[in-house]
Amino acid sequence: MWEYTDKVKDHFLNPRNVGTLEDADGVGEVGSLACGDALTLYIKVDDEGKISDAKFQTFGCASAIASSSALTEMLIGKTVEEAEKVSNKDIAEYLGGLPREKMHCSVMGQEALEQAIKNMRGEAPSKMEHSHEGELICECFGVFDEEILHAIKENDLKTVEDVTNFTKAGGGCGKCIPDLERLLAEAHGEGVCPTPSSKPAFPAEGMTNIQRMHLIESIIDNDVRPKLQADGGNIELVDIDRDAVVVRFLGMCSGCPSSQATLKNLVETALREKVDPALTVREG
Amino acid sequence: MKTIYLDNNATTQVDPAVFEAMKPYFTELYGNPSSMHRFGGQVGIKLKEARASVANLLGCAPEEIIFTSCGSESDNTAIRSALAARPERRHIITTAVEHPAILSLCKFLEKRDGYEVTYLGTDDRGRLDLEEYKAAIRPDTAIVSIMWANNETGNIHPIEEMAKIAKEHDVFFHTDAVQAVGKVDIDLSKVPVDMLSLSGHKLHGPKGVGALFVRKRLPFRPYLIGGHQERSRRAGTENTTGIIALGKACELAREHMKEENTEVKRLRDKLETGLLKAIPDTKLNGDPEHRLPNTTNISFGYVEGEAILLMIDQMGIAASSGSACTSGSLEPSHVLRAMGVPFTFAHGSIRFSLSRFNTEEEIDFVIEILPPIIKNLRKLSPFSADKKAPACTKSFSE
Ligand code: FES
Repeated sequence: MWEYTDKVKDHFLNPRNVGTLEDADGVGEVGSLACGDALTLYIKVDDEGKISDAKFQTFGCASAIASSSALTEMLIGKTVEEAEKVSNKDIAEYLGGLPREKMHCSVMGQEALEQAIKNMRGEAPSKMEHSHEGELICECFGVFDEEILHAIKENDLKTVEDVTNFTKAGGGCGKCIPDLERLLAEAHGEGVCPTPSSKPAFPAEGMTNIQRMHLIESIIDNDVRPKLQADGGNIELVDIDRDAVVVRFLGMCSGCPSSQATLKNLVETALREKVDPALTVREG
Repeated sequence: MKTIYLDNNATTQVDPAVFEAMKPYFTELYGNPSSMHRFGGQVGIKLKEARASVANLLGCAPEEIIFTSCGSESDNTAIRSALAARPERRHIITTAVEHPAILSLCKFLEKRDGYEVTYLGTDDRGRLDLEEYKAAIRPDTAIVSIMWANNETGNIHPIEEMAKIAKEHDVFFHTDAVQAVGKVDIDLSKVPVDMLSLSGHKLHGPKGVGALFVRKRLPFRPYLIGGHQERSRRAGTENTTGIIALGKACELAREHMKEENTEVKRLRDKLETGLLKAIPDTKLNGDPEHRLPNTTNISFGYVEGEAILLMIDQMGIAASSGSACTSGSLEPSHVLRAMGVPFTFAHGSIRFSLSRFNTEEEIDFVIEILPPIIKNLRKLSPFSADKKAPACTKSFSE
């Protein structure tokens, strides 16, 4: 069971401001049944531009309900400009913290708030529609690149696991994980706008040992193995010692008379081209 | 506050008689059963009795039982042994609704060692298709591993028939019977499975002990190599207290088998009918007919599982959620996904699993307490049957 703070438990068991506002000035709606959590946030703004009332309806777990309740409490009495500054971190802090795996609940609160303010200003197309921008990255949870990049920057996310905790992307079938890695690299400025002089001579140039090993592993997993598997064979990475990569052939490839040719022409060529031209590959 | 424990497919209470049986072997009778002296020897005799008791429950010979540390170890041993015994065979058949002890191992073998795995699907009630199964068997199939009963829905699979088919094709057949042992009659003298896994803590024994049945003359390759314990089939000093407790638990399971299928089943049915009747937009997940007598998996539409669990936890009720929010992953359970349970229901599914220690009053209390809890959570929810259709109907399945 998750470890929730007393404040999370209190807001979950006694949620404040539940319901709808018939005469709301702004409505923000995020999430879906498919995603396992959804929030509709209603705000009412008085003549002085202050949020005089806020209500919510949430489908989701304890942290989703607590985050929504906390958000409404935080909003009431704030001016719209002040409200605009409320981030998911503020929501989590207000609750005395959320388990890391549940941070996406606070992100949902912040998104609903953004939507509600947009809706109030007449920017959002309609209160029931999502205005997703960019490219759909995670099909399982319907998460777009904009949202992921935003979460990475806002919360200084470093790993795919972080991204999943904050946005849910990657928490299903895992198909989108390479894209999440790409977005993480992009957000941290890796590979963005390279000046001609900063462009590496080969892909692994400047990488740490670990990064280089990961790259070798991923080339073998994603480029080499599927080709061998298509012919009933397989390959396993045994060792990496500086520039020497040791592999073992499995299935149809082991004992195959042309395995030496496969080793040089397929495996070594791929690794030299995609990682480092200095690499040599041998069987071990 | 008294706990109403309805999560017996996760783990069970150690029967007080089991606890009594194991106690002396911690303090007074702590000899090593492998020792030459009498002090150890007397423990060895107790292990023999425990082995006979497990064999008795399963309808097999005591020599066909290997003690392990848990169901997962038994599962891993069975599959790895079958693959090692016939290294030229590179194909495995299992189902999409197995326990992670099998599923994760198969995924690992696929990725690391290049095995091919066929994952049999289910229909919307979680039932397997025998035709699909027959069609999946290949000349290079090394092993079929299919759970006797599913931990989430309680569905009982047609193991006897499936094992016979595997036999006809000369393929090893393993069943993960962790949920079934002690709840349904198992007679391995009649059902031709080659290997069967069980776990102590699912049948009122302690955690940390399991067993693997390996049919006589089946080629076997040990997983744990070391000393000569378990006739060299599983090295490591025996968990004597655990094994003695497992023996007692099996003896009691035999005695209580009838009760499991009458009284426990009656209470389960009462709970199930009571909840389905009292709460609108609810749905039973699984096969209503071929099911463990203690399990019911109910979906409460438009509310999320963890929220229900925490609310009932406040009232002292312990159950399990099929929504993944409780488990670290974010998807609904892979079992419900494989069954194609719609999102409207998948996220709000709760598994109640009973035992012989549950009482009528407890069940009455749950039937009384749950409807207002669901009502309150639904008041909080932006979705409901009449408010709007699900926002997204895309499928999780790949
Ligand atoms: S596409 Fe992202 S987890 Fe499935």
